[in-house]
Amino acid sequence: MGTDELNIFEEEFWKINQVLEKLLRETNARTVLLIDRAGQLITSVGDTSTLDVPSFATLSAADFAATAQLALLIGENAFSTLFHQGENQSIYISIVAEKLILAIVFDKRTTLGLVRIKANQVSKELDGIFKTIFTRIKGSYQKTIDSDFLSEAESELDNLFK
Amino acid sequence: MSLINYASKEINCKIVYYGPGLGGKTTNIKYIYSKITPEQRGKLVSLDTELDRTLFFDFLPVDLGTVKGFKVRFHLYTVPGQVYYNASRKLILKGVDGIIFVADSQIERFEDNIESMENLIENLKEYNLSLDKIPFVIQYNKRDLPNIAPIEELEKALNILKVPSFEAVATEGIGVFETLKAVAKLVLRNLGK
Repeated sequence: MGTDELNIFEEEFWKINQVLEKLLRETNARTVLLIDRAGQLITSVGDTSTLDVPSFATLSAADFAATAQLALLIGENAFSTLFHQGENQSIYISIVAEKLILAIVFDKRTTLGLVRIKANQVSKELDGIFKTIFTRIKGSYQKTIDSDFLSEAESELDNLFK
Repeated sequence: MSLINYASKEINCKIVYYGPGLGGKTTNIKYIYSKITPEQRGKLVSLDTELDRTLFFDFLPVDLGTVKGFKVRFHLYTVPGQVYYNASRKLILKGVDGIIFVADSQIERFEDNIESMENLIENLKEYNLSLDKIPFVIQYNKRDLPNIAPIEELEKALNILKVPSFEAVATEGIGVFETLKAVAKLVLRNLGK
């Protein structure tokens, strides 16, 4: 078995974004991010102008992974949510569609209770969308990664790492 | 787990530097950080101890540029090499697309290399992965030091699968790009397979 691949197509991507936009609106949160368990950003909505998004995605995934191990150490299967409270801003993190991380950054314009309720609601919608994505047969997207793509990518690599 | 997003036109791949403690994994990543332009890399995140030893991981996103309309990005991670941080090491392998094993060439670290390689194989099993199924290269680091094992001996002990291997002096950048380039090419070829 090789490594897993997550392939997201246009239509699904916009559906996901719509769901996240709705969540952002209804919670009055600052930013909503959807991240895979390897720490890669799938998409984000809201204000990311002052956020280092790749670092945020990586650290959220690491945070969740470390906490999941802590759960096992005390005999829990997992902690389904994480909450980090700051003086002005807080982060709520939960797992959606079994393998993805939903992170919500919010401030005093909203409350943890509202964020939690709305996050639970959208997680069901996201489960449905990702069910399609995860069950898609591998190989249906190979047109992008063809020999032209590879030779171009390899020459970019040679240029970057001279 | 490589992530191909056809809507935002992005391809993200995860490459992990593995190997014994103090072998030069962080040095590799720091050299890359210092040599490529800020436009082509993100921030270097290091979760380390007060003594500058990696506690959880280092992370550096590198942008390859746009290939056929797709923005290709490599996420580089190091693991903490010290034996007792195995729980953290295992977590970082989650979703890995390619691995660079950084071996310490010094004779006194010979056994540590073997132990780390065995640990890697063991940890990959938890994700149903094995070194013959994943893009994998080896770097023999610290080739400038006086007390080093011959390449043939290192190869015999560590490179059972005969994967591409490189000699390096990471502190001076020798072999750093070559190693990364080799695994990155393997990762790209593996996409969509």
